[in-house]
Amino acid sequence: MIRLANVAHDYGGRALLTGIDLHIAPGAFHFLTGPSGAGKSTLLKLCYGELRPVQGEIELFGQSLRGMSRDGLADMRRRVGVIHQDCQFLDHLTLAENVALPFVATGRPVPQTDLRELLAWVGLAGQAESLPPTLSGGERQRAALARAVIMSPEVVLADEPTGNVDPEMSQRLLSLLVELNRMGTAVMIATHDLALIRNAKAQVSARVLRIQDRTLQSAGADL
Amino acid sequence: MSVLRKNPLRALGGARQAPGFGDAGRVVPASGITSLLTGITSAVMAFLAVFALALSLSSGQLAQRWSATLSQSATLRISAPPSEIGAQTAAVLEILRTTPGITSTRVLDQDEQRALLEPWFGPDLPIESLALPRLIEIIESAGGFDAVGLRLRLASEAPGAVLDDHTRWRRPLVQAAASLRALAWFSVALIGVMMAAMITLAAGSSLAANAQVIRVLRLVGARDAFIARAFTNRFALRALIGAALGTGLGMLAFAILPVAGESGFLTGLGFHGAGWLTPLAIPVLAALIAWAATRAAAMRVLRRES
Repeated sequence: MIRLANVAHDYGGRALLTGIDLHIAPGAFHFLTGPSGAGKSTLLKLCYGELRPVQGEIELFGQSLRGMSRDGLADMRRRVGVIHQDCQFLDHLTLAENVALPFVATGRPVPQTDLRELLAWVGLAGQAESLPPTLSGGERQRAALARAVIMSPEVVLADEPTGNVDPEMSQRLLSLLVELNRMGTAVMIATHDLALIRNAKAQVSARVLRIQDRTLQSAGADL
Repeated sequence: MSVLRKNPLRALGGARQAPGFGDAGRVVPASGITSLLTGITSAVMAFLAVFALALSLSSGQLAQRWSATLSQSATLRISAPPSEIGAQTAAVLEILRTTPGITSTRVLDQDEQRALLEPWFGPDLPIESLALPRLIEIIESAGGFDAVGLRLRLASEAPGAVLDDHTRWRRPLVQAAASLRALAWFSVALIGVMMAAMITLAAGSSLAANAQVIRVLRLVGARDAFIARAFTNRFALRALIGAALGTGLGMLAFAILPVAGESGFLTGLGFHGAGWLTPLAIPVLAALIAWAATRAAAMRVLRRES
């Protein structure tokens, strides 16, 4: 579904990633790890077209990112659920409205039953009317997950989804993502939380990729 | 659930293709000061536009009135030695009779000429002993006559006849009114440009303040058109409301404006009859300008963003 071939990226001439080859197949479960600043977020942003590569080819659902229009890119986002490191909510809208935003933003009717079920699934049925700033870190992360999956995407990309939450909440988020993967959604999680990766490996056959020396390496043997 | 409550159409299962006014509008948080200033600016601009519009309509009517009243008559003067004047007058009258566009002609008699000269020479002027030119008053039909053609015929048949069709002193007056009207229309256009500039600035500040909202909307798959609409709808609505208020106040000012005298230029200033409908276009135009300016600003920001 998402394919990167010999992709390189840099910020202002300082090389960050070089020669990246990556293929996210339907139903796959990937972890992306590496030290802070190694380029995990950059790689995820390349995968959903927020950044364009300096070099190499990126193919999203069989379409080259290079030739994709802004509208084409927006339409592609419906097939990719993204969980941002800092959640990215609209703070003046309620939690339920934020979760339903992908429907509103693409001009479709909000499926009320799905929305209720989804909020119950992430354990936020009681907070539907709350404004995002009043929620805890864990609640915000679960809401971000709900928003990422409400359009039934084919792949979910999560950037440090457990960055601001305690181990128990990390575990809960992970099990939601594992459950989603079992239903057929491809998942890629960028994290430096090795405990999370170990936990996941017990539940699902996950592939671990590490960014080291600006390149992407398989890190399965290390864990 | 709030989505349910705020979008009753959605709750009824109405699958609409395009999001409604409120949906696109609500994703951008309300900003009190920008919204207020946009409304006030629109109101002030609309108020000024009402006056410029009144000026342009009135000067247009003035130009028409002047040219209409002044072009209804012309004067023909025959200067010739006393021995020839009778023959030339007869020749001129014959020419005038056969000229299309002339309703009637009349030779001014000695009493009338004396009356014309009285203010300068007093009542006891021995007019019979003077070699005065003969004056012929010409009344035109609505279509007017061909002054150039008439002059050519007169030159060949009655060289002493001079046609004064008032054009010489009528033209500057009509021109003055016409330039006044052009100036007034130019002012209306300037007000429109200024409004577009103000809205562009306001929209720019609103777009900058809502950079995070734009980022989130892009992230969840909103197209540029949807994001732009969230801003354009809002600014167009504010401009519409503000301009409607300003226009209303401007029209009220004209309605209660005391009329100065019965004649003269000031009497004409204002709206008459169907003219009262013209300022109603101002709020609509203001909303259109606001919409276009905001859309241009939003699209510029969105394209620059990636």
